[in-house]
Amino acid sequence: MKIQDLSSLEYILPGTGACAGCSSTIGLRIIGKALGENAVCLMTPSCAVASMGMTPKTSYTFPALNICFASAGAAAGGMSMALDSLYEKGRLKGEKPVVFTWVGDGGTYDIGFQGLSGAAERNDDFIHFCYNNEAYSNTGVQRSGATPQHVPTTTSPSGKKMPKKNVPLLMLEHRPPYVATASLAYPMDLYRKVEKAKKMTGFRYIEIHMPCCTSWKFPASETIKVSKLAVQTGSWLLWEAEYGKLTINAPTASLVSGQKEPKPVEAYLKAQGRYNWLWKSPQQAEYLEGIELNIRQELDFMNGRTRL
Amino acid sequence: MTKIFDTGNAACALAVKAANVDFVAAYPITPQTSVVEKIASYVANGEMQAKYLSVESEHSAASAVAAASAVGARVFTATSSQGLLYMHEILHYSAGGRLSMVMTNVNRAVCAPWCLYVDHQDAISQRDTGWIQFFAASNQEIYDMILLAYKVTEEVNIPVMVNYDGFLVSHSSMPFDTLEQNLVDKFLPPYEPSWRLHPKWGGTFGNVTPSAEYVPFRTSLNADMKRTGQVFLDFSKEYEKLSGHLQSGHFEVYRPEGATHFLLSMGSMGKEMELAVDTLRKQGIPAAGLRLRIFRPFPEEALNSILPSGAKLLVFDRNMVYGSMGGVLLQEAKASLFDRKDSIRVTGISLGLGGEDLPASLLVNKAKEMMEVLK
Repeated sequence: MKIQDLSSLEYILPGTGACAGCSSTIGLRIIGKALGENAVCLMTPSCAVASMGMTPKTSYTFPALNICFASAGAAAGGMSMALDSLYEKGRLKGEKPVVFTWVGDGGTYDIGFQGLSGAAERNDDFIHFCYNNEAYSNTGVQRSGATPQHVPTTTSPSGKKMPKKNVPLLMLEHRPPYVATASLAYPMDLYRKVEKAKKMTGFRYIEIHMPCCTSWKFPASETIKVSKLAVQTGSWLLWEAEYGKLTINAPTASLVSGQKEPKPVEAYLKAQGRYNWLWKSPQQAEYLEGIELNIRQELDFMNGRTRL
Repeated sequence: MTKIFDTGNAACALAVKAANVDFVAAYPITPQTSVVEKIASYVANGEMQAKYLSVESEHSAASAVAAASAVGARVFTATSSQGLLYMHEILHYSAGGRLSMVMTNVNRAVCAPWCLYVDHQDAISQRDTGWIQFFAASNQEIYDMILLAYKVTEEVNIPVMVNYDGFLVSHSSMPFDTLEQNLVDKFLPPYEPSWRLHPKWGGTFGNVTPSAEYVPFRTSLNADMKRTGQVFLDFSKEYEKLSGHLQSGHFEVYRPEGATHFLLSMGSMGKEMELAVDTLRKQGIPAAGLRLRIFRPFPEEALNSILPSGAKLLVFDRNMVYGSMGGVLLQEAKASLFDRKDSIRVTGISLGLGGEDLPASLLVNKAKEMMEVLK
């Protein structure tokens, strides 16, 4: 299947309040096509909520519940189980809709993590999508648990001291039916993963890397280019796992196996204005070496993890 | 009708089972625990055709039932004390979102310091969330109020909290009558909401809303909350006719004949107050008991109509509003009676906090102290 073969039905209508070049909206557009019409969405406070349109208007065609920030896991799990009850009792007829969440890294890594971990452990029946733009972009770029080390934000003005959490891995180790990472630069890989997840039941987690032109400071036309560089440099890894059994996806697979060297990370960092300070920093060499070492360690770790 | 001898928590669980609830999410906390244990066992052994989600916190319990209500399920959760405080955000959300929900709150003191015993600080801290609040004082009243709560919430689309005192009521066994299932089903037909969060209905829920559109959401919630006082009375009448279980309205009034002094309280203290009233009457003081059964909306008109001209109202609060004259009931009562042109006198105290024992003899002494204040 090629991108031209995707359904021409649009689930995101023109007129969203999202920034030009918004990665979240591109991702949701692809996901809508993969999930189809029988789907219900839950969202927590984020750019997607802020840009979907104000009451009584919306640019999203699917039914969406805007729940509280820490609530994604429990609300989606509860909604899905309640639907099971209503369909079993014959109060609703037909096919149960797919329940999915559309939640940022704040709602996944930070405030929503407890509820999400609970839902994964219980194997609640929904797909959690984390659109990871590596900061609280909606409130004007504050650090989150997903913000990479050294990145300055309005609440880490001299650069974040500690590295980011690896929530996809933490989710993997809950051993739910499905966990996957994805990138907008590989839309058919994303589409395939959503289609696959849609056919499964239980807890499914898909995290999409979402370069944000506004907070990462790159031109709106370069969202896909930056997404691709993240994958090519090994800064974002593509993989999927069923019940904890891990498979690395192309093109990350050749980096993990050592067949191919990752592109030098400067190419990725130089595409983003949020790293401009690095090129003037006396610690440039030390920081770059640390970033590359971290990439190498992650690739090695994933290589070992595939053998479990 | 079946006569049962069991605890308040058992009465609650039996009523939830009878109400044909579709979905339950809960997190255990003392003294609520046996409510959710019993419901979990009903679901597990097939006595109750519902789904039960064992969530990892009260915030998640409230989130799960709110989202379940949005797809049109009849839902239930239960908590106490810190659990209710932890739900606070979702209480606002679900009332604002006009979600039909029923929750039991087994009243317990809040920390610090930790305390397992009853007072009403947990519930009164949720006064302004937009939830309807009932207060039951016996196991029969718990059973009846749970069924009434579903009837009310599905009529006004405002969630209902049914409160009763931790341990004193939750763990006390008393006789109560259940209702035949066909009568419950007649009173509570399956929930058919006007709208569901579902592709067949469409639409989004809870979007960002500009001020001009936000205001009507709030004013309509307030209008329907005010309407709920009458809705509660109407459904109480309907329930009484169907079940034969006597329903006493907004207040249970004890020995009002010729009374000049009215002793207002809520929860189990209101039952003990009947003994205090008997003692005062024996001593020649024309006292009456007023036990509040619906705290939100506050039945301002009913209070005014019960109190005759020149009445003295003595308010016993099992809660405290720090830095004020006393408790919440005192404030509500004073505000409700402020416009009276006749000479109503009101005073009150906070007592019974953290499960402090309240025997009738103590209530008599406190009443007499308050009478001195009003002399």
